[in-house]
Amino acid sequence: MDGIFLQQLINGLTLGSVYGLIAIGYTMVYGIIGMINFAHGEVYMISAYLAAISLALLAYFGIESFPLLILGTLVFTVVVTGIYGWVIERVAYKPLRNSTRLAPLISAIGISLILQNYAQISQGAKQQGVPTLLAGALKVDIGTGFVQLTYTKIFILIAAFAGMAVLTYIIKYTKLGRMCRATQQDRKMASILGINTDRVISYVFIIGAAMAALAGVLITMNYGTFDFYAGFVIGIKAFTAAVLGGIGSLPGAMLGGIILGISESLFSGLINSDYKDVFSFSLLVLILIFRPQGLLGRPLVAKV
Amino acid sequence: MSQTFYKKGFLALAVSAALGVSAFAQADIKFGVAGPMTGANASFGEQYMRGAQAAADEINAKGGVNGEKIVLVKGDDACEPKQAVAVANRMVDQDKVAGVVGHFCSSSTIPASEVYSDAGVIAITPGSTNPAVTERGLSAMFRMCGRDDQQGIVAGDYIVDVLKGKKVAVLHDKDTYGQGLADATKAQLTKRGVTPVLYEGLTRGEKDFSAVVTKIRAAGADIVYFGGLHPEAGPLVRQLREQGLKDVKFMSDDGIVTDELVTTAGGPQYVDGVYMTFGADPRMLPESKAVVEQFRKSGYEPEGYTLYAYASVQTLAAAFNGAKSDKGEDAAKWLKANAVKTVMGEKTWDAKGDLKVSDYVVYQWDKDGKYHQLEKQK
Repeated sequence: MDGIFLQQLINGLTLGSVYGLIAIGYTMVYGIIGMINFAHGEVYMISAYLAAISLALLAYFGIESFPLLILGTLVFTVVVTGIYGWVIERVAYKPLRNSTRLAPLISAIGISLILQNYAQISQGAKQQGVPTLLAGALKVDIGTGFVQLTYTKIFILIAAFAGMAVLTYIIKYTKLGRMCRATQQDRKMASILGINTDRVISYVFIIGAAMAALAGVLITMNYGTFDFYAGFVIGIKAFTAAVLGGIGSLPGAMLGGIILGISESLFSGLINSDYKDVFSFSLLVLILIFRPQGLLGRPLVAKV
Repeated sequence: MSQTFYKKGFLALAVSAALGVSAFAQADIKFGVAGPMTGANASFGEQYMRGAQAAADEINAKGGVNGEKIVLVKGDDACEPKQAVAVANRMVDQDKVAGVVGHFCSSSTIPASEVYSDAGVIAITPGSTNPAVTERGLSAMFRMCGRDDQQGIVAGDYIVDVLKGKKVAVLHDKDTYGQGLADATKAQLTKRGVTPVLYEGLTRGEKDFSAVVTKIRAAGADIVYFGGLHPEAGPLVRQLREQGLKDVKFMSDDGIVTDELVTTAGGPQYVDGVYMTFGADPRMLPESKAVVEQFRKSGYEPEGYTLYAYASVQTLAAAFNGAKSDKGEDAAKWLKANAVKTVMGEKTWDAKGDLKVSDYVVYQWDKDGKYHQLEKQK
């Protein structure tokens, strides 16, 4: 296979796996309370700041080995971002649980603005950056060319897929996962059977935020730069990925992210980067015409 | 209980937001300073404000404009054309500014200048280099900087003459400024017999350019020229290096003239060797010596557009003083006929509002993340 083509495929896969991680937050929240959490992109943005803060703190305490740094940063960022997710749900969505469907949507937009301005005021409007953690790259010769894989990219692929695997395990095989699935299928019935659905909804927000935090750490590692507005573009892309894969479906979000990443990368690599977003969204429109529920989504059945 | 708490909280928030729009006290003569005060390009907005404020303080200490003190009004367009128009309208209708220093991104300056023109307000931009800023026949739109058709020629010639580029990849950020400049550079390259091997646009706000970088690799380019700003230029040059393109030269423009390029690139090792075009460093001029020293004493390095903003305020003040009027049209008429002594030297403007002499030169970044003007090479 052509080295350049393979390189583009890997570029897309890395990008897509990160889209997928963020898309999980959109899709799980939609699945369980039927609302689009527009503040989710900002949760990712917050996590990027937290990752930088944590790196600075760890460096301050003299920790320099990469595994310790990244582990410490991951734990700190995931936990604190999880708390953000929980608080956002408590403050902005729970009080509106029984109001019209549009109310939490507006509330989400409000939270998104609040978080953006909060980050801007508290951290400054400047571009933020973190130093390169994992330098170096793997060069693989293939047929007519070579593929350059930075260690950071390899790490991202492994971490993203590990994160998805852990989440799939939790949802499929644990008690918490069963409660989530039950609440998603029928919230009223689940609560009659003794599941504290409010708490389950809180868990879902925490899980979504934690996945966004994982993505935040990985992206911060890879590109090294972000600002308070960083959540916007990537939030839209991840939301697209969630719809593409079938909103409400967990594997769909991951698949949608990867398809979106690869299609963007291949289109800009093989044809023209000017129109890569046009291509991605055309793809979305096409898929939604033939499969309105998305690739892996369940068709809507009117609840009786 | 909790319901009412939230309601009260939101009410309090709404009230405090409403109070945030405080009316300015009666001022003498108001100059607007408009640019990206927030957002990815906020560092340029800070340069504007610092420069403009220092100039206003100095002029006020010397007696002000026609006996009136200058008061600056800050306007934040975040480099968004829509917001720029809103800021322009607010400055004209609400603040009743006499003149404007701004904006920064050409895509903001162009629509905002229409508002100023309709209101008869004189405007001078320290940093917008797109030709269209002064090419639309507005009578009171001026520049303190050069034009991209001049900048592109300097960049194109440098690539051909000094860097000996054979395979040049030209990229831009699809914005008025970035693409306009990339087009100008591309035109000059083509004129000199070097047809770019790649010509493509990136999306502003994204960070992943690995697909384009791989394409540059596939095209075998030896020089990458990027028309755009540092939030995209930084990650782009980093990803070039990370994909193993260590010897490919990287050249950009006056949109990356800030220390933040080092931050966005992830460290000085990535910006080492990057070329850029920018006006000859005003900090090296004898006219600016005292002002630069004053800035440094206060702990601020007047880099990038700081002195451009300083000179813009000086120019506005000189124009109003010279015309002995507070009307924008009179000031504009005066400015087209007279020279102004600024911190950047004596400047004259042509009938369009462009500087009669512009002085683009090439700079290079070093391994410590600082930029230096290169000697003129011929």
